Amino acid sequence: MAALASVGETSLEAPATRGPQGMQRSRRRRLNAFRYVVFTLFGLFIVLPLLALARFSLEGSKLGTWSVAAWKQIVSYPGLASGVELTLELAVITSVATLVLLLPTMIWIKLRVQWISRTFEFLCLLPLTIPAIALVVGLGPVYNRIQHYSLSALQLFWVYVILALPYAYRALSSGLDALDAVTLAEAARSLGANWFTVMFRVIAPNMRQAILNAVLLTGALVLGEFTIAYLLLFNTLQPTLYSISRNTPNAGVVFSTSLASLLFAFALLIIVSYAGRRRRRG
Amino acid sequence: MEGLTRRYGPVVALDGLDLTLRPGELIALLGPSGCGKTTTLRLLAGLEDADAGTISVGGRDITRQSASKRDMGMVFQAYSLFPHMTVVQNVAFGLRLRRMAKAERERRALEMLDLVGLSEQSSRYAHQLSGGQQQRVALARALAIEPQVLLLDEPLSALDAKVRAQLRDQIRRIQLEVGITTLFVTHDQEEALAIADRVGVMRAGQLEQLAPPTEVYSRPATPFVAEFVGLTNRLAGTVSGSTVTVRGQDLPLVDLGIPAGPVTALIRPEAVTLASESSAGSGPLAGSVIAITFLGATSRVTVNLGDTTIMAQLPTSDATELSAGSFVALTIRPDPVLVSGADDNSAAASEA
Repeated sequence: MAALASVGETSLEAPATRGPQGMQRSRRRRLNAFRYVVFTLFGLFIVLPLLALARFSLEGSKLGTWSVAAWKQIVSYPGLASGVELTLELAVITSVATLVLLLPTMIWIKLRVQWISRTFEFLCLLPLTIPAIALVVGLGPVYNRIQHYSLSALQLFWVYVILALPYAYRALSSGLDALDAVTLAEAARSLGANWFTVMFRVIAPNMRQAILNAVLLTGALVLGEFTIAYLLLFNTLQPTLYSISRNTPNAGVVFSTSLASLLFAFALLIIVSYAGRRRRRG
Repeated sequence: MEGLTRRYGPVVALDGLDLTLRPGELIALLGPSGCGKTTTLRLLAGLEDADAGTISVGGRDITRQSASKRDMGMVFQAYSLFPHMTVVQNVAFGLRLRRMAKAERERRALEMLDLVGLSEQSSRYAHQLSGGQQQRVALARALAIEPQVLLLDEPLSALDAKVRAQLRDQIRRIQLEVGITTLFVTHDQEEALAIADRVGVMRAGQLEQLAPPTEVYSRPATPFVAEFVGLTNRLAGTVSGSTVTVRGQDLPLVDLGIPAGPVTALIRPEAVTLASESSAGSGPLAGSVIAITFLGATSRVTVNLGDTTIMAQLPTSDATELSAGSFVALTIRPDPVLVSGADDNSAAASEA
């Protein structure tokens, strides 16, 4: 009875009480519907090609059949395993080198020489504006010497650090801006900390999420990098996949490896997000 | 600190400051924004370098010593707890840097947390504490290392009024209990007057007055101090010998070296008493009540004297007899009066 009474009251009173609150509710509903539509369309745009990639990677020798042979070939296909191994090693070395270069430099600039921050930002973002082919033309003679001395392909990490600079810089910068780094540093120094302690035991531990993001972005960049490795004649993952697709009639292994590397990047992203959430729960 | 000077380009933040802190005392530096009080504290902490002058602690010159070697505990205006550490880890941080043994370190940290009343929050993180709790932990962290001097840079300004009052009293209690020499920077005169052994009023990089709170309030050394600390009535007067005549009433001067002539007398509202018209009649200091502001135990009564206004601070029990528009007569208590030049005669009661 009370419910009916309230419904009756509500409908009778609706024109008078459909004030700002009612308008806000209907506006919220429209906004939510818009969000769902956009997310669905965008999600399909991303997911459908991946589903097609997965289907192609599970295609058997006859059309319409299913097979995991292409996935098994990831480890057994000639040259592919070494390409994967090389790329993973490059991803790790590049991530570490980028962090070693950027993290202390950015913290030092934030704490001691803030006037140089704009110039530093410009330098870090510069690789975004330089096409890969231009980098290759400039670095070609250098890497020819490297190959002349038969040094490891891992020397590619030098140029990958440059490529990763803009992305790692942005990730670390947002982490640093979220802290009151100056006050934390002054508090630590007043307690007797030297600058090394300030940077690596006070500031850096509070940038864990930003550091993980920088590692993820750098790793994803290295995993997907093709142009420079191909033009400099190194057999990392992407040039190897390209070579396989050019020379092999049944290139199912190309699809399975591509999807595997994407899934690996997704796994890294999930680990990073999970690690960040655990930290926030403290 | 002797002859301390600090410049930021053309701006002189500190201009030859001399300041001595006695062992175990709490000095509050008070002043408007930009007067140099925070700069003084940061120079003492070693977070900035002086352009001239010396800083000594216990007879030892520490002017060129880095902040990490100065053995000073500091509490900042902004919340400064390390977010990735628990409360007890924060408090033990300085002890860990001094390579204290783990068991001793934890004992000392818990002792400090007990001192500030937060031993039950030892395993929490900073973001799980209120603002007042965070500042108490910061205080415990600063005290844990047994510093020679405790530096407090407006530690209460980010807190709401009630928490501020509670924490202010707690800081003073702890400071007295530990007996540590303390420099407290604030722009809130109530804070400074409430807890300091001596108050230093600063202006434009220099100390205007350094004295106990009662002296700063009742015997301000300069017109700036009189107007910055507490409320002040500014009334035209004429100096003659050792007295100044204000609205027909002769009052003794604080400074006997004032040349004869027109001046502006600076009179505290508490020095002005009111009598109702029926008992005192009208005189040179008579007028109509404009406003009555209830302040709790006292009330501030603003009276229109015709050519100027004047404030009087009365017990509320007396002020309730008055109402807006009623005519009253005034008397100024014959306490020594500070005067400033006649050019400052704005002929209006001014509030710091």
